[in-house]
Amino acid sequence: MTRFIKVAAAATAAMLALAACGGSDDGKSDTGTSGGGVSAADVDAALAKGGSLTVWAWDNTLKNVVANFQTKFPNVKVELVNAGTGDKQYTAVQNAIAAGSGVPDVAQIEYYALPQFALAKSIADIGGYGASGLKSTFTPGPWNAVTLGSNAVYGLPIDSGPMALFYNKEVFDKHKIAVPATWAEYVEAARALHKADPKVYITGDTGDAGFTTSMIWQAGGKPFQTEGTNVTINLADAGSAKFASTWQPMITEKLVASIPPWSDEWFKALADGTIASLPTGAWMPGNLETGSAAASGKWRVAPMPQWEAGGKASAENGGSSLAVPEKSANKALAYAFLKYAAVDEGKDSRIKEGAFPATTADIAKPEFLNTEFKYFGGQKANEVFAQSAQNVVPGWSYLPFQVYANSIFNDTAGKAYVSSTTLADGLKAWQDQSAKYGTEQGFTVK
Amino acid sequence: MSTTVQSSGRTGATAPPRIKRRKPYRRDQRRSATLTLLTGLVAIYSLIPLIWLLINATKTQEGLLSSFGLWFDDGKFAFFTNLRDTFTYGDGVFVRWLGNTVLYVVVGAGGATLLSTLAGYGLAKFNFVGKRAVFATVIGAVAVPGTALAVPTFLMFSKMGLTNTPWSVIIPSLVSPFGLYLMWTFSTQAIPDEMLEAARMDGAGEFRTFFRISVPLLGPGIVTALLFNLVVTWNNYFLPLIMLKDPDWYPLTIGLNAWNEQAQTAGSEPVFNLVITGSLLTILPLLAAFLLLQRYWQSGLAAGSVKE
Amino acid sequence: MTDTLVVSTRRRSWAGWKFVGPFMAIFALVFLAPIGYSIYLSLYKTRLIGGTSFVGLDNYKQAMTDANFWSAFGRVSLFLVVQVPIMLFIALLVALAIDSGRLYGKAFFRVAIFLPYAVPAVVATLMWGFMYGTQFGLVSNINDAFSLSINPLGADLVLASIGNIVTWEFVGYNMLIFYSALRVVPASLYESAEIDGAGALRIITAIKLPAIRGALAIATIFSIIGSFQLFNEPSILRPLAKNTITTDFTPNLYAYSLSFAGQQYNYAATVAIVMGIITMVIAYVVQLRGTKER
Repeated sequence: MTRFIKVAAAATAAMLALAACGGSDDGKSDTGTSGGGVSAADVDAALAKGGSLTVWAWDNTLKNVVANFQTKFPNVKVELVNAGTGDKQYTAVQNAIAAGSGVPDVAQIEYYALPQFALAKSIADIGGYGASGLKSTFTPGPWNAVTLGSNAVYGLPIDSGPMALFYNKEVFDKHKIAVPATWAEYVEAARALHKADPKVYITGDTGDAGFTTSMIWQAGGKPFQTEGTNVTINLADAGSAKFASTWQPMITEKLVASIPPWSDEWFKALADGTIASLPTGAWMPGNLETGSAAASGKWRVAPMPQWEAGGKASAENGGSSLAVPEKSANKALAYAFLKYAAVDEGKDSRIKEGAFPATTADIAKPEFLNTEFKYFGGQKANEVFAQSAQNVVPGWSYLPFQVYANSIFNDTAGKAYVSSTTLADGLKAWQDQSAKYGTEQGFTVK
Repeated sequence: MSTTVQSSGRTGATAPPRIKRRKPYRRDQRRSATLTLLTGLVAIYSLIPLIWLLINATKTQEGLLSSFGLWFDDGKFAFFTNLRDTFTYGDGVFVRWLGNTVLYVVVGAGGATLLSTLAGYGLAKFNFVGKRAVFATVIGAVAVPGTALAVPTFLMFSKMGLTNTPWSVIIPSLVSPFGLYLMWTFSTQAIPDEMLEAARMDGAGEFRTFFRISVPLLGPGIVTALLFNLVVTWNNYFLPLIMLKDPDWYPLTIGLNAWNEQAQTAGSEPVFNLVITGSLLTILPLLAAFLLLQRYWQSGLAAGSVKE
Repeated sequence: MTDTLVVSTRRRSWAGWKFVGPFMAIFALVFLAPIGYSIYLSLYKTRLIGGTSFVGLDNYKQAMTDANFWSAFGRVSLFLVVQVPIMLFIALLVALAIDSGRLYGKAFFRVAIFLPYAVPAVVATLMWGFMYGTQFGLVSNINDAFSLSINPLGADLVLASIGNIVTWEFVGYNMLIFYSALRVVPASLYESAEIDGAGALRIITAIKLPAIRGALAIATIFSIIGSFQLFNEPSILRPLAKNTITTDFTPNLYAYSLSFAGQQYNYAATVAIVMGIITMVIAYVVQLRGTKER
């Protein structure tokens, strides 16, 4: 017995020692982040010297970028790893940072998750390397998303998701539904459509944090405000309340299909007309083409319905950037890759493969705007998307812990979709739980 | 407790104890159709999802949901196309996953069986300081939720530089409490103390005795333990999920789940038909192993259940 | 006899460790060390703002009043109380049926019912997930045929649907444990029963059931532990039912979400440890009751 205890004690002691050495994962040393003391010259020097980079990204279009980059700069070796999509990627990056090893040099981070990493100082400010001069290169939505309204630049946008209304023209025509110009009209159209054919729904919705925040964004709401460590969460502000009250009938009157999005059934429903429209980001065409090929030619794209008649407001939904983790040993070289992928030749190959550009120049190019989408019956859908990109409501921001908040969206607001809880109450529950988390994490939350 | 006394091998000193097979002496040889039918219901319940898997592996991605779940898609038999696509999709990553799984299983399950055989034998045949604590701790550890261990193990392994390597999957799978329990009971039943005494009198060392005398006696038990460890490591999901970041090192379970979730990205295509075909391929080796080695694990389990 | 034993005990006091050593070494590494580290973690708290600090038993106090944790615990307890008896009962019935010698093709049944155990939980859950589809899956076919509107992943049925998957996976395994225990019942007992003129039912209650009491206890304990640790199936089904399978659906899922979505490793460790202690206590109690009846 004693020997056993001795062994166990030794093992535990060893582990404790190891843990203590490894250090508190939050020794957030404010080491001079690259904001000061670095310059574009460092990037050129790094390129000349060469080296190797690890890139964690799930976006398919980066495969060719990596290949071409290595061809252009033969003394740089780039390894592209798909460490998971979205949440899984963020978990992996955060775990690597906590463990202090295996941190990639470049990480793909969606716009909504960027504040969380920026706040924790997990990603570097790449302004000094030349990024601060790129404001006019990018469209307003993405640029704001990577600068977070400050002078620092936390990543370079690689795509964007200005919203539009994708709809199945064949279904709409069959039931004589006009393309709605406002959300009030949309709800009316939903009723008419579902009455005409109870098996058809105007859209599918089972509660999605990204969709909800984008809708509130378009409605002019600004539920999330951050100033330093002061956070305000108000999911009952004008925009949020407008969304909640307008969208409530869709749920109560069962006008939305409760098919989980991105599932096999969902793609099938889009293909066979069960789900007749989708308000979502400009990156959707690729997914429709591969997932719901049977409906090719039947869909069209229209501007997003408006909250105010005659308005033009739009919002972004999704979209990602490439960022450089603070713990990378090769930040200058990493920035070179970022620039190549987001600003230089890299973006051209990606746009060709279907990424929706975040750059002002590409959005304005005639051949881009004139692209005819076979899936949309030859429609020049990019014109609609480009217009939407320009009309994105400014001033939106996400929480510094949006990743967590989104993860509990369905636990809280999701209740509105499966019980008699109203959407407004669901949003309040989401607000409360997010606020609780924020306070626990040391923020001052109002 | 009577069963223990019976099979401890005190009778018939040197012959390996046979697992008692009950002679079918009973008078009701008449088979019951009702009973067969009722049991048949349970069998159908067990087999339906597997049949579903088989049938749907012949459908294309579109055909998957446009046809009735339990029957084939008329006119489109895409089984061989699916097979080919499963093996070639993503630059043949499925083959890589298959190879990884085989590696993890051979080294992991093999190692686990070796370790638990040694340890079970040690617990059964030796009296040593700390023996009770060992047993209590190991059984107690089974009750600890995997999540309690996952993150600390991950953090530990990161510091040791093991994450994202095969070792991060193999090392944890080397510990099999069930295997330990099985080999302990088996050793107690199948190896008479007298034989060990005799060998010691002859001057044989403990390991020599172990390999020469005990291991052959433990045959069915070892195969049983191996088979069960095989299942556990082949189906390993949770820990590899956190340990591995690089898809090149995924085992089949995680790879399939990744394919299943892949449709959720902008620009990516749903490949549910490959998920299904891949799933079918994933379970075939295990089913084959079980069917072919039935004899061993059935007798092994029998002996293992004798005590308690 | 006893003399020899005494001598050998002293002689062998450390030799056992040669055999048990390798196992215990790795065991210490992958079980004991992480548990120790887990306990250490549970005494601290890491914040996004403010770093890490020692908080003693605060995390445990929080866990005691955490509504999410206790509702998750209630849920797996409910699951346990319903699913485990059903599954073990079916397994027992099948084992008795196969052992009775009155089945046609019993070898087939033995294998067929055991097969699901060889299927990974991921695959099993993916398959059942497809079949549960209310739009185009098997359930939708059934709904259409019988004018029903069953939603397996709706709030009222989701726990049962998960229970179904778990039962499907393990009924064969438990059946085999029972069957193997039945196989070693000595023939002499049956012979005397026949002489006494006992009927089939009496044979079952008087001979078979007592004989497998030990196997029953073990199966129950492992099933209890498995139920408390329920994670794989809800986790894989989650994308199909985010509103009903919440991030705190089971204690393990809660600990997982806390760790990875919320980066709250410390509290997650606390939750896992509390759960582990509860599981161990209950398993111990069941074991005591199981062996007491000898």
